[in-house]
Amino acid sequence: MTTDTDPVLAEDPITGEEIELPADVEVGEIIDSPVTGTELEVISLDPVTLEEAPELEEDWGE
Amino acid sequence: MRVGILYSRIRRDEKLLLEELRDRGHDVEKIDVRKQRFGLESTTADVADLDIVVDRCLSTSRSLYATKFLDSYGVPVVNSPETGDVCADKAKNSLALAEADVPTPATEVAFTKEAAMEAIEEFGYPCVLKPIVGSWGRLMAKIDTRSAAEAILEHKETLGHYEHKVFYVQEFVDKPGRDIRVVAVDGEPVAAMTRSSEHWLTNAAKGGTTESFDLDDRALELVERASEAVGGGMLGVDLMEVGGEGSGEYTVHEVNHTVEFKALTEASDVDVPARVVDWLETKAEAFAADGGDAGGDSDGDTNAADDSTDADEVVA
Repeated sequence: MTTDTDPVLAEDPITGEEIELPADVEVGEIIDSPVTGTELEVISLDPVTLEEAPELEEDWGE
Repeated sequence: MRVGILYSRIRRDEKLLLEELRDRGHDVEKIDVRKQRFGLESTTADVADLDIVVDRCLSTSRSLYATKFLDSYGVPVVNSPETGDVCADKAKNSLALAEADVPTPATEVAFTKEAAMEAIEEFGYPCVLKPIVGSWGRLMAKIDTRSAAEAILEHKETLGHYEHKVFYVQEFVDKPGRDIRVVAVDGEPVAAMTRSSEHWLTNAAKGGTTESFDLDDRALELVERASEAVGGGMLGVDLMEVGGEGSGEYTVHEVNHTVEFKALTEASDVDVPARVVDWLETKAEAFAADGGDAGGDSDGDTNAADDSTDADEVVA
């Protein structure tokens, strides 16, 4: 049985390794791959799918 | 209330905001702008019945167009597209501050490298060359010599996006190794911090160290006036102390419109997301009372709920 505080497991899309995400992970959230440090984007939650996040573009910022 | 969040990346800042909104029982509609279309009459985004939409787009162009379209449907959106338009462009930002008599560094814009070189030579060395659109200290150049100026101008003209052919030249302000970032909502400071570095760029994104800062009366006044000058909203007002640390004299070099606050949350004792949500609640109430025109420039004569149509009907 899982609870909403359990970490979520997902596959790193670059290395194929299983990585642990926080329990409250959101669709659209950007996380750093603990394996490569690459920025990954959470694409879906059921199942949890990750993709390499888009490169920063020139007009990105605050 | 029902709150829309316009985004294409959920960073720590957005997570903090989402957490606070949900903790208070608000209904949150996340709107990933990459997946939506915005037509002249309506949008594929589910904006019906939203009490307020918060623009958290990281991309300036997405922010400007998405908020403009939402505003045209009568959807209450913060920050307003007008504020975004002024803040996104450093030249417009400088002009707005100057027109409001807010002290801001001397600035010139030139459109050719020859004219830019004349401006640089008149400012003298060092001076600063900035892209008109950009953040986090990217592509900022402190120019120390004429030969450096020539090289940078040629690179910009040859390699740059067309916006890099608008040369924004600014006096170098000899700040005391730090500048001040204030997050403010409609001119009222939420929290402030200094960003310090040995490097001339002190941005937190460039690794500057942060520390909480107490605003004096002059700084408070300037934050309020700078906010008003760009049209209000939730803003990051950047000040530098002229005349040294603690001199009490400031220049406002920039006002940012999709402000990050995670560094400020860590540097200060203030619960920034909570204060921001307090403000959003007040703002949403004011929008409702004013028929969707709470201090913005929206016509407020249409209602998103009435105008929203099926995705198929959207003019792409």
